[in-house]
Amino acid sequence: MSKRVAITRRAQRLAGTVERGIRSVAKPLAKFGFPWRSPTVPRGVVVPEEPDTLGANFATEWARRPVASVVRGIVTAGPMRLLTGVLARPEVHGLDRLADLARLDDPPPLIFAPDHHSHLDTAVMIQAIPHVWRQDLVVAAAADYFFDRRWKAVFSALALNAIPIDRESTGRQSSDQFRELIDDGRSLLIYPEGGRSPDGWSQAFKGGAAYLSSRTGTMIVPVHIEGTGAIFGKGMRKPRPGRTRVIFGEPLQPVSDENTRRYNARIESAVARLAEESVSDFWSAARRFSADQTNPLRGPATTSWRRKWALTERRNSEVSGRNSRPKRTWPDLGSRDHS
Amino acid sequence: MPRPGFVLDVDRSTPPMLFWHGEKFSLERLPSDRSRVIYPAEPFPGISDVGGAIRHALDNPIDMEPLRALLVPNMKLTICFDDASLSLPKMRRPDSRQRVIEAVLNLAAEAGVDDVHIIAALGLHRRMHEYELRHVLGSRIYDAFAPAGTLYQHDAEDPENLTVLGTTDHGEVLEINRRVAESDLVVYANVNQVAMDGGWKSLVTGVASYRCLSHHHNPESLRNTRSLMDRHHSALHHSIWRLGKVLRDHGPKIFQIETTINTDAFPSPFDFLSKREWEWTARDRATFLATSKTLNRLPRRAARKIFHGIEAPYAMTGIHAGFTESVHERTLDDVYRQHLVEVEGQTDILTLGVPFISPYNPESIMNPILVMCMGLGYMFNMYRNKPLVREGGVVIMTHPTYRDFHPVHHPSYIDFFDEVLADTTDPVVMSEKWEKRYAEDEWYRHLYRTGNAYHGVHPFYAWYWGAHGQQWAGRVIIVGGDPVAVRRMGFTPASTLDDAFELASDVVGRSPTITHLHVPSVLVADVK
Repeated sequence: MSKRVAITRRAQRLAGTVERGIRSVAKPLAKFGFPWRSPTVPRGVVVPEEPDTLGANFATEWARRPVASVVRGIVTAGPMRLLTGVLARPEVHGLDRLADLARLDDPPPLIFAPDHHSHLDTAVMIQAIPHVWRQDLVVAAAADYFFDRRWKAVFSALALNAIPIDRESTGRQSSDQFRELIDDGRSLLIYPEGGRSPDGWSQAFKGGAAYLSSRTGTMIVPVHIEGTGAIFGKGMRKPRPGRTRVIFGEPLQPVSDENTRRYNARIESAVARLAEESVSDFWSAARRFSADQTNPLRGPATTSWRRKWALTERRNSEVSGRNSRPKRTWPDLGSRDHS
Repeated sequence: MPRPGFVLDVDRSTPPMLFWHGEKFSLERLPSDRSRVIYPAEPFPGISDVGGAIRHALDNPIDMEPLRALLVPNMKLTICFDDASLSLPKMRRPDSRQRVIEAVLNLAAEAGVDDVHIIAALGLHRRMHEYELRHVLGSRIYDAFAPAGTLYQHDAEDPENLTVLGTTDHGEVLEINRRVAESDLVVYANVNQVAMDGGWKSLVTGVASYRCLSHHHNPESLRNTRSLMDRHHSALHHSIWRLGKVLRDHGPKIFQIETTINTDAFPSPFDFLSKREWEWTARDRATFLATSKTLNRLPRRAARKIFHGIEAPYAMTGIHAGFTESVHERTLDDVYRQHLVEVEGQTDILTLGVPFISPYNPESIMNPILVMCMGLGYMFNMYRNKPLVREGGVVIMTHPTYRDFHPVHHPSYIDFFDEVLADTTDPVVMSEKWEKRYAEDEWYRHLYRTGNAYHGVHPFYAWYWGAHGQQWAGRVIIVGGDPVAVRRMGFTPASTLDDAFELASDVVGRSPTITHLHVPSVLVADVK
């Protein structure tokens, strides 16, 4: 008998012993009924549904109290900083565009609106946003994803100061809540796309951020995040460390007679211009923008394989992304040696 | 509302005054009842919406069409900007030149202008390092233009890229950068820190050749410049304005953008330097003691690094754009409003605390020639009407005046100190005997064109800058200066301020009147 088989059998015997032990403890407990276990419902009786405290209804006020803020400060300065440093190594540009506002005695709250490719985006943004806004930052997070289970909801609220938002529509409740928070002087990080990019290209911007900005008079800062999609994009099982770049744009405000839809389109094109600036330079991006030739964030409107093809090209032109490019493999066309 | 500048008569209750001493500072007590201190105004508030003010200036220029109307596709657009000699200390990012140039580029992009060059208007100053260009212009502009070779620095010694545009009725030849001369439109982004800057001086000195600059940067002009801060009584500015008219008549269309900044030069913890001594809080006093004791013990190099690392929290107080002469008049109004302090009569002794920096040593060493240039050139010239000190009076400066030179930035200064100053300190004599040799030296020319060295002739210009003060003062005393360096420059060394007053008594008697120019910040004494 080989050594490996002997180890396997010993492990199996050990697992059987553990299982028997657990069963011997658990079996007597099964005899205990109500009130040790949840009650059975009498036939014909309808139990009124408990109000749903998860999802968009999850209460997050506690997470903005001083103790929670201190805990969050420790998380942000410690594990989160380490995580972004190791995985993403963000390089931040364009903060000078916010310098005037940051230097005011009482900097106004802002809405930061980046494109969204990865779960890493929030951690990277929290590290990149200047301290004057970071300390009072709340993050709009998808209610159906980050707040569907209690532990996730508590973690998101505590570590990220996340607020649940219904990504399908900015409901009155969410909108009122955000308005109150902005009135309180808190800044907001919201992903106008509503979720991570499914294929590496951005999705259409939804109007939530533009609506909130119009309603509250708060300026929106367009932001482009480059590289996180390649590091830990949607569908990736594990992150592949690399570099990222965050570019902040000029703060925007709705102009007179501009409806939310147009304002939203302006925000999207501002982010697209920043993306162009990232792969080329400020002057080229400005000229292409003025000539209405900015590459759309959403990628070419073609078949999926061509979109994927174009995405590869784009990522190759980016300075950020994975540390090492995937190794190129060539098809085997046979040996040259015909002897 | 900021408090205006004023003149304080020193009495026995007046606390000791702050004196700069290079990379150090000290508190000195001035004789009571015959001394006065001129304090500058407090910093003016900055513009709250800088971006909006820039857009407004570009859309509503003075005596010119809006910039967007001047920009057309297929045109040659050249943007020039002031080099690292402004501002002092360097302003924190974003620099006002970056803001202005980005706004201009956005308009150019909208208009479909492709051919854009950005030129650092250096004149004969040293080429800026990459980190300085990034500081002044921001990385966005640098990364967009420098790799393509369309952001570069003016070369006053490149015969192929210089062209003559004309001659003034005084025989002054206007020879400037060819790209500037051949552009359809030149936009100049300037920083007007003092009244001497701006106007035609921006382009006529910034992108000119040595031949062109020598018409006004000479002992005769500078001795008749009364003062550098009053362009209507400055021979230097008169010559520049004559050349400016040639540029206007025979050169490209010029769109001048001038910005003014306030006097908020020092951030915390050095902000106490700008305060009036009797208003120093306990924290200010503690900071002064801690910093002055530390600086006294620090190696010179470390102290210099600390001071040159300071980024001033200057705020933009005004911006005007359009036709150069009209714009400059508005700019001067803004500058004078902030800097002018009325002073009654002249004095026997003028005391000046010379700081660690001058326009010619950003990120560099303040060598003895620059101490002279800063004291007798810039600080002495901070007046309108009449100098603060009477003719034949004494100027006392405080500076260590060490014999240190930056070998990369100031190579010709080293030889100037050893060779020219050993021979003469008279600007006229050195101009006739030595200037040409330094100006045409191939090695200096090579270092200026390819390295980061000031032009070979620059130490002469720095010396001429103080020619008026040198001629006016009966004696110049430097307190705490290296005796060898001080004597080499023709000045008198003194160990303490009291010793200096004692030495001055030979010239101005036993009870002279004394005026101290309080630095920082910047002020111009309007002497009645």
